[in-house]
Amino acid sequence: MDMSAYPLELPADDRPMVRFMNVVKSYGRLVVLDQLNLDIAEGEMVTVIGPSGSGKTTVLRMLMTLETINGGVIYIDGKPLTHMERNGVLVPADERHIRKMRASIGMCFQHFNLFPHMTALQNCMEGPVQVLGLSKAEARARSEELLTLVGMIDKKDQHPSRLSGGQQQRVAIARALAMRPKVMLFDEVTSALDPEVIGEVTNVIRKLVAEHNLTMLMVTHQMGFARDISDRICFFYRGKIEEQGPPAALFGNPQKERTKQFLSAVKEAD
Amino acid sequence: MSFDWKWDFTWEILPRLLAATVNTLIAAGAGYAIAVVLGLVLALAQRTPWKPLTLIVREFVEFIRSTPLVLQIFFVFYVGPQFGIRLSPWTSGMIAIGLHYSAYLSEVYRAGIDAVPRGQWEACRAINLSTRDTYFRVIIPQALPPSIAGMGNYLVGIFKDTPMLSVIGVAELMHAANAIGAENYRFLEPYTLVGLIFLAISLPTAGLVRLFEGWVRRKMGM
Repeated sequence: MDMSAYPLELPADDRPMVRFMNVVKSYGRLVVLDQLNLDIAEGEMVTVIGPSGSGKTTVLRMLMTLETINGGVIYIDGKPLTHMERNGVLVPADERHIRKMRASIGMCFQHFNLFPHMTALQNCMEGPVQVLGLSKAEARARSEELLTLVGMIDKKDQHPSRLSGGQQQRVAIARALAMRPKVMLFDEVTSALDPEVIGEVTNVIRKLVAEHNLTMLMVTHQMGFARDISDRICFFYRGKIEEQGPPAALFGNPQKERTKQFLSAVKEAD
Repeated sequence: MSFDWKWDFTWEILPRLLAATVNTLIAAGAGYAIAVVLGLVLALAQRTPWKPLTLIVREFVEFIRSTPLVLQIFFVFYVGPQFGIRLSPWTSGMIAIGLHYSAYLSEVYRAGIDAVPRGQWEACRAINLSTRDTYFRVIIPQALPPSIAGMGNYLVGIFKDTPMLSVIGVAELMHAANAIGAENYRFLEPYTLVGLIFLAISLPTAGLVRLFEGWVRRKMGM
């Protein structure tokens, strides 16, 4: 693959927070993402929707470096994430480079993935203390502030097994925010929740959108929620962006046949 | 031949057997300590990205598990000196039994680590923990409670295997019973007592391990 076509760093006048450039992801012969090009501006909230198997979650997992990519380059804040410079060209990043770059990204998972042997507070303090090198007192102050933000401060000394799904997810959001990421990823964070607690998680995300200048990328099946809070919706179909645009346009007046089919199928299911 | 149990002989030899029991416990404890630590090293070595190391450790574990403990004890004690490694019976015994059980414990740890959900590893990456912190602060603490039952089995196992150390002259319980038998031409009482002493220690140990497991789980909030 010719890497000379990819800049070592994006120019200052064309520097989105996230850029997928010709990104390919395949498992053997199965191509999950085919030449993906996607920019996300600083502070933008982008939601990815689409049928299952369309590669939505893979987009987030690649950005979190949970998956390696098979082609193209991902840039974060202008700098390559998946690659690093060596002798003037980009080569696949080593673990050290990935660790450095990964510090800008936070992620919340469908199944929360809180550490079960730690309390809510300890879950939030773990990264700041072990990775960022904050003192226990600083990390505690920061974590308590975030647990207050997500409405979980009164449960800070509980272990995850004592919390409901919605409560666990709110702690997980606080844990991710405690690392002060520039980009937050939400991977179907309400899919594993009982219907009556979905609101407590979506309200936290609404608050983040309203009060913080975070860049966010979200995969969700909550179409109403996506429509409310997103700046842009990307409809994925078979590993490509079939259609994208502001929520009002994409939901109100979809242009592509696939998009119309998907939206009407989802509407019926609601 | 009639059953004739001599109580005065029993009382006479009991102190000597109890003294040897202390040696047995020390042997089992020291061997187990080696096995617990070395087993973890072996389990982690099998997960390094460096394939040759993984392969060597894998083969080593298989080799240890496929050959008799008594052979390994003889090997360390009698063959070691040919390579200039001269060890006392005690040291040889501890090393052999510790090595042997480390292979088994590494499998227990491996199963425990494999049982930790993938999401935990991903959460560690998402908050950018180092590999070391991922293992020692997140994965191993969660792998521990499900491993305790297996670790407890091998604790009893190592204790029951200490008589094998008598073959190289370690003065543990079996060694003492053999000596008493040979001196007095009576084996019924010493061997029966050895059996009872092993039973008296093994049985409560298994129960204590279960209590310990429950305590660890509660302590960890799991």
